[in-house]
Amino acid sequence: MSESQKTIFKTPYPTLPKTLTGINGLDEITEGGLPTGRPTLICGDAGCGKTLMSIEFIVRGAVQFNEPGVFVAFEEKSDELAMNVASLGFDLKKLQQQNLLKIDHVHIDRSEIEETGEYDLEGLFIRLGYAIDSIGAKRVVLDTLENLFSGLSNQAVLRAEIRRLFTFLKEKGVTAIITGERGDASLTRQGLEEYVSDCVILLDHRVINQISTRRLRIIKYRGTIHGTNEYPFLIDEDGISVLPVTSLKMANSVSSERVSTGIAALDDMLGGKGLYRGGSVLVSGTAGTGKTSLAASFANETCNRGEKCVYFAMEESPSQIIRNIRSIGIDLQKHIDSGLLHFNASRPNLYGLEMHLVAMHKCIKKYKPSVVIIDPITNFINIGSVSEVKNMLVRMIDYLQEEQISVMFTALSLNTIVNEQTDEGVSSLVDAWILVRDIEFNGERNRGLYVMKSRGMKHSNQVREFVITDKGLNLIEVYLGPGGVLTGSARQEQMLLEETGAALHSQAIGRKDREILRKRKVLEAKIASLNSEYESVEEELNKVYLEEELKKQILAKSREEVIRLRKGEAVDNYKKEGKK
Amino acid sequence: MKEADKKWELRLYVAGKTSKSVTAFSNLKKYCEEHLQGQYRIEVVDLLEQPQLAEGDQIFAIPTLVRKVPEPIRKIIGDLSNEEKVLVGLNIRPA
Repeated sequence: MSESQKTIFKTPYPTLPKTLTGINGLDEITEGGLPTGRPTLICGDAGCGKTLMSIEFIVRGAVQFNEPGVFVAFEEKSDELAMNVASLGFDLKKLQQQNLLKIDHVHIDRSEIEETGEYDLEGLFIRLGYAIDSIGAKRVVLDTLENLFSGLSNQAVLRAEIRRLFTFLKEKGVTAIITGERGDASLTRQGLEEYVSDCVILLDHRVINQISTRRLRIIKYRGTIHGTNEYPFLIDEDGISVLPVTSLKMANSVSSERVSTGIAALDDMLGGKGLYRGGSVLVSGTAGTGKTSLAASFANETCNRGEKCVYFAMEESPSQIIRNIRSIGIDLQKHIDSGLLHFNASRPNLYGLEMHLVAMHKCIKKYKPSVVIIDPITNFINIGSVSEVKNMLVRMIDYLQEEQISVMFTALSLNTIVNEQTDEGVSSLVDAWILVRDIEFNGERNRGLYVMKSRGMKHSNQVREFVITDKGLNLIEVYLGPGGVLTGSARQEQMLLEETGAALHSQAIGRKDREILRKRKVLEAKIASLNSEYESVEEELNKVYLEEELKKQILAKSREEVIRLRKGEAVDNYKKEGKK
Repeated sequence: MKEADKKWELRLYVAGKTSKSVTAFSNLKKYCEEHLQGQYRIEVVDLLEQPQLAEGDQIFAIPTLVRKVPEPIRKIIGDLSNEEKVLVGLNIRPA
């Protein structure tokens, strides 16, 4: 008995003691595993993974918890079983040598057996009891009891004996799994096992839209709470993984380090530094708005920093992306050659959502990138409902956050008005959401980019024009003119117009100045001429005055002359006059 | 009489002295004396004492009669109360 088991048994039964299965995710759903010392039924159709789940329970118990287990196989021989699970990395032979596992193949062949009279299944009990005691088993699997019914005809005896078997298992104190095939009307063919088991797990393998998904549901679990939903699970080379969303604890550490998006202007919009490391960003927009270019730019920037990037291409092939991105001056090929960039291209409907998740997990585990790009997530909607896709992406984001990996999703919105809030339902999950949209104006389409949300950082509220040039991507502030937002050639036209206007204006001002100058000159000239006119008039007037004076003198003189002449001094006076 | 000369080797698996086991053994003894006198050997295995033997003969029901010789191995489960079935099952009498 392991230490953990001891402590569970010692507790005075506040809750049901449970045994960890070791199966990824199953222990979270069952809140601690299967009921210790009690039988659990796993039922389902053919090929749903009953045997695998039960053998994994035994193997994980032996390997991880050091609890030996007995596997009673009614269907497969020991060697077949070992071979079937060898692909999962379970070495049954070695475990058997270590006395951690005992496989007992119970072969029932109707043609060899004749029934006469009364009998019971004490032989089976003895075998089982012996197997349990020989290795001190804590875990037992019976796979599957149906074979007893097909091999023996006395149903009444069998039903009674199976009830006794469950009691026997409880008395032995082993945690048991009994597998059962699904019946038509009930969970099992006999309609018996589900009533005598303390825990019933139903496995299911459904094909919807030609894509199969395995699901698991706990139908009953006496004396404890448990998850009641259907949980998708998958079987790959590492065994079974149940992926319960509800078990995720949301207790990831976060980084406040920032990473550049590869577009300086976009970093500026995101508080000047870019995105948080380990954060998630959604780039959504209508077709042809440059989502892939943005994503490629982010990938390029990551690789330029010397960090690894994994690019999940869901729509275009890697070579197609490389060629297209080269046209905007970004060379992704050199990053591929240097091993920093890894493309993983697959069509969404290649397999189900769960398998996609696993494939991505695996790829991420292998390459350990610091940035992951999924381009685009839109096509996942073809293979699952919105809520399924959302669930898958939640798990993806959660996993990446745990690993401190930044992720960029691109999403196509078919209709910018309707879909603004519903891009695969992830817009509420992501840390940042960048929207690229068409601005149709004046007979041309231009791209407008804005940050819809960006958790935990100051971000620009402006719409920027997103331009894709030969030299890469850039954002330009849109022109806010009197007639509204202008982009593209309209913006340039308006800018040109304004430039011309300014030139004309300054020209006009110059002319006015000169006019004033000239006016002043004219006025000054006029003033000068008036002055001179005044002078001449003044002169004229002066002349009259003088003449008047002169006349007066002359008149006075002549009068004196006349008087003198009259007095006889005529000659002298005449002489004086002549001298003048 | 040597052991190897026996044409019929029968093994009866029981678990303790239950009424079914006792009935089965007495029935078997009776049929053998009637039809295979001197040519048979019955071995009774009590699984409560030797549980490790159950796996070898693929025993799951009690009581089980196994015909080891002659080949092929045949098994009859139950208290052997139906003589006709036992004789046919052991191939003593053609069906």
